[in-house]
Amino acid sequence: MSGGHGHGHALYRPGDSPVHRLPAHVKIVALLAFVLVVVATPRDEYWAFGAYAVLLGVVAAVAGVPAGLIIRRMVVEVPFVVFAVLMPIVSQGPRIDVLGLSLSEHGLLTGWNILAKGTLGVVASILLAATTDVRSLLAGLQRLRVPDRLVEIASFMIRYADVVTGDMRRMRIARESRGFEARHLGHARVVAQGAGALFVRSYERGERVHLAMLSRGYAGAMPLTTTAVTTRADWLRGAALPLAAAVVAVVAVLA
Amino acid sequence: MHVPDGFLNAPTSVATGAVAAAGVAVALRKAQDELDERTAPLAGLTAAFVFAVQMLNFPVGIGTSGHLMGGALAAVLVGPWTAVLCLSVVLLVQGLLFADGGLTALGTNISLIGITTVVVGWVVARAVLAVLPKRPASVVPAAAIGALVSVPVAALVFVLLFAVGGEASLSAGALTASMLGWHTLIGIGEAVITGLTVSAVVAVRPDLVHAARGLRAPLQLKRADGTLVPAPAAEPAGATARGSARPLLVGGGLVALALAGIVSFFASANPDGLEYVAEDKGFLETARDHAFGDFALADYGEVGGIPVGVAGILGVAVVVVLGVVLFRVVGGRSGRSSSRATEEAVR
Repeated sequence: MSGGHGHGHALYRPGDSPVHRLPAHVKIVALLAFVLVVVATPRDEYWAFGAYAVLLGVVAAVAGVPAGLIIRRMVVEVPFVVFAVLMPIVSQGPRIDVLGLSLSEHGLLTGWNILAKGTLGVVASILLAATTDVRSLLAGLQRLRVPDRLVEIASFMIRYADVVTGDMRRMRIARESRGFEARHLGHARVVAQGAGALFVRSYERGERVHLAMLSRGYAGAMPLTTTAVTTRADWLRGAALPLAAAVVAVVAVLA
Repeated sequence: MHVPDGFLNAPTSVATGAVAAAGVAVALRKAQDELDERTAPLAGLTAAFVFAVQMLNFPVGIGTSGHLMGGALAAVLVGPWTAVLCLSVVLLVQGLLFADGGLTALGTNISLIGITTVVVGWVVARAVLAVLPKRPASVVPAAAIGALVSVPVAALVFVLLFAVGGEASLSAGALTASMLGWHTLIGIGEAVITGLTVSAVVAVRPDLVHAARGLRAPLQLKRADGTLVPAPAAEPAGATARGSARPLLVGGGLVALALAGIVSFFASANPDGLEYVAEDKGFLETARDHAFGDFALADYGEVGGIPVGVAGILGVAVVVVLGVVLFRVVGGRSGRSSSRATEEAVR
């Protein structure tokens, strides 16, 4: 997007697997359908969640995304793991003793529910992000009829997130090299002034970007540069994961 | 506050998705009025700013730090509709690229963080501004109070969603008390940071602050004989007249009182509904045993023998202290000169 190195993002892992080659909008729809099936599965169908995990494992293997990478990136779910762990302790209802702790049965089930569904959702999202670069992800959103304006805002945000974060990092380095270290709320003022300066710089950069766009002939809409067609085979390949999950869910509910 | 997949059941997720889509659609149309055709680059850069600021950790106490949600901040800086777009895009990108916040919960997250905090923050800030003197500096307490109110309200909306579609058997009363307790604390932090950040921007570029539009005093020229005459029609300079903080303080106190009335109305109305549900389900008795039940202000003063009125006065005290701190920051030259120093230090 911005030169040779701007195509990737924090989670993208270049490759040439069937999963990588699938059009981005097919992958987004497949992911959404899969997670919806997972969320709609009754929480006491324990083996179904195991089957979903196996399905995701197959996708990861086909895409060549190593397990270690997925596990390392799963740290984003730490906050709700804490919530899930608290569930059995704070929930109501009949209680059972586990290892000397009095835990709520309902709470255990709830904690499991959040943990299982949340983890499957996170892993599925990691797989999407690891196999799709930013540009095709945005083009995929556009193909899915997400309003152009929103996609444009997202593309500007992603394009300049590194720049703005870099600005922020330089301000922090400037503060720290002068001996400043934020230790309590009284120091928040200094950091907040940095944030204020960051806003002014970002906004002014936006104004300059707009002028640069105008001078290159921008007339209210970005030109569409992708003309790739999506074949029926693509959709069928993309449907494999959510369809398999749906079969698991139906079997689990009926059995 | 990012909600993951599986927290709310599928129907609730789909419903909040529809709400979020409608909200974003309205915001897309209205944002044209705020930024015209510059929407894409400016909202994009503001979204990048919000994204960066959310990574900025502010020290809260010894060893702990919090980060900004930025709803009220973005609303005050760039206007509510653009702010809805910015936060929605940030959430979309976080969900798609960073697996932060579930994809089926995207609608919930946009409704809570992208729409509720922005709209509440903006409406409260406007209400406060209507009472305060018409000066750019008034935006600072307005933004802070908007931020302060927006976070607990978003938490309340989450509790409501959880009561409707939560896959858990938590007692509604206990959940409400703990969520409100925590998020009022978080809201105070958010208010301090939002106020300070807005004050830094107002000191440098008051023309950029959307909520401060039309608040600048008309430029006056001082003649040689000392008389003041209105300047000929031209873009007024950024300098703002700084007078005594007294009228601001009095106004702020009145606002605090008015707000306490409104907030305590909400505070007593909403949990009542949930407590009704709780009683209906028959677990209100057990809810009293919860760890937060002993917390003196939980349930708005009904526990621990503190009447609602006293809780309200305590609320006013908090708001007044906060206001005084902010007036200190805005008033006097220190805010301006040190922000300039920061600017220079960074170069």
